[in-house]
Amino acid sequence: MTNASTASGPAAEGQPVLSIRGGALRVRDRVLWSGLDLDVRPGEFIAVLGGNGTGKTSLLRAMLGERKLDEGTVLVDGHAAHRGHRRIGYIPQQKIAAPGTPLRGRDLVALGVNGTRWGPPISTRADRQRVDALLEAVGAQAYADRPLGSLSGGEQQRLRVAQSLADDPTLLLCDEPLMSLDLNHQRAVSELIDARRREHGTAVVFVTHDINPVLGMVDRVLYLAQGRFTVGTPDEVLRDDVLSRLYGTPVEVFRSRGRVIVVGVPETEHHHEVIA
Amino acid sequence: MITVDPGTYVQLLALVQNSIIAAAVLGIVGGLIGVFVMQRDMAFAVHGISELSFAGAAAALLLGLNVVGGSIVGSLIAAALIGVLGAKARDRNSIIGVLMPFGLGLGILFLALYPGRSGNKFGLLTGQIISVDLPQLGLLIGISIVVLVSLLVVWRPLAFDSLDAEVASARGVPSRALSILFMTLLGLTVAVSVQIIGALLVMALLVTPAAAALRVSSSPVMVPVLSMVFGLVSAVGGILLAIGGSLPISPYITTISFAIYVVCRVLGARKGAVR
Repeated sequence: MTNASTASGPAAEGQPVLSIRGGALRVRDRVLWSGLDLDVRPGEFIAVLGGNGTGKTSLLRAMLGERKLDEGTVLVDGHAAHRGHRRIGYIPQQKIAAPGTPLRGRDLVALGVNGTRWGPPISTRADRQRVDALLEAVGAQAYADRPLGSLSGGEQQRLRVAQSLADDPTLLLCDEPLMSLDLNHQRAVSELIDARRREHGTAVVFVTHDINPVLGMVDRVLYLAQGRFTVGTPDEVLRDDVLSRLYGTPVEVFRSRGRVIVVGVPETEHHHEVIA
Repeated sequence: MITVDPGTYVQLLALVQNSIIAAAVLGIVGGLIGVFVMQRDMAFAVHGISELSFAGAAAALLLGLNVVGGSIVGSLIAAALIGVLGAKARDRNSIIGVLMPFGLGLGILFLALYPGRSGNKFGLLTGQIISVDLPQLGLLIGISIVVLVSLLVVWRPLAFDSLDAEVASARGVPSRALSILFMTLLGLTVAVSVQIIGALLVMALLVTPAAAALRVSSSPVMVPVLSMVFGLVSAVGGILLAIGGSLPISPYITTISFAIYVVCRVLGARKGAVR
């Protein structure tokens, strides 16, 4: 463990929206990480970086209350994380909707607005207005009435952002939301998320294997590797010495034209060539 | 294929009045639940459940018990097995593939042992109009109404779970409970359908109408409405044609239902080409 600081980032103020104390995750006997303390404050943008099998998605699922950490506590708005928390927005790992999926763009958003409501499926005027407002917020009106399966990955992901904002979340959890998007859509989708936290103070936890699309936005990075982790601003974490210590092997970090490239990551980590 | 004069036809109509009501209710319920069958990718499960439902009905016939009751027991056992053992789509298909011939085989065994009229035997597989007496008809309609009301109550969370399971679960939709409830409702609907259209052809009312509706619309309002209308037209239309002729009811229902599907497919392809 190199640096377990919980120092607040630039945008951080107020009571933490998310608070993890002594978090540990194991797979059978192998410790993925332990002793994780993390406070995320309103409006803060945290990127969770790491290769496959470093427990990024499991950490997110613990925040969603869908699983427990092996040790430690996860508090959301001061209460133990639980499934169906009204103020958590969630953008899942991208799965492209199959052609023929019986949903139009706006229906995906509507699921976020009233999908958990029991009773006959009659949508109220308020529901429809909410859906329209959300569609407008992400600029998706133009294709809102087309079948979901006929939309591009980028268009679908914009709708996912709208869906996740349905209940005006204080915490937005994103699991690789840019995966398999082209550069333009990566920028568009990450800018939507960034605007949300700037305008509404929504805290963002953004799981990704590639920090570059959001490098200019993140306040802090939680970097998971080799059974350890480190937390800090991108400048504090994305450095030769810090990452070499984390990986336990010499690693070099190159910066070129606003992009960060990490070279020398051990094969066992199954990283992409460009990870961070 | 009308082989009777109009006067006789009206008299026959009065005789099968209850069956027409049952078919109408079944058409509506089958069309509605079919939407979820398609969303959850369970068309094959419908077939698997219907074969065990047939085995249950055949066992009840042999033992002199209530045929609808036997059919329901068979359906629910199959629905539970498929629900518990086949959470994943691939497991599910292989489990259904294993259960289906076993159910059909058991049913044929029971029918072979049954000493009664052979018309009853054939009817369970391929459908019949006046095989069920009045109290049983009441039971069928009652079950259909229970399924209909239950579906309306859980509609949105069930759709959320069917179409967007990951987010639904994160948002607190009780997927497991909904899945059990859905399998139960599906089992009940299949049991009712077996009485009217027969075990081999249940899909014509539980799958075809929804599949047709999905060809022409993606709207969450239009798809169920169209599916219900298609189911209703197929079921009631099939009976009205069948009572005038000498053929069993199923070919009429399956043909109407198939024709609707073909028309929708052509319309859907045109729409797709324009888009």
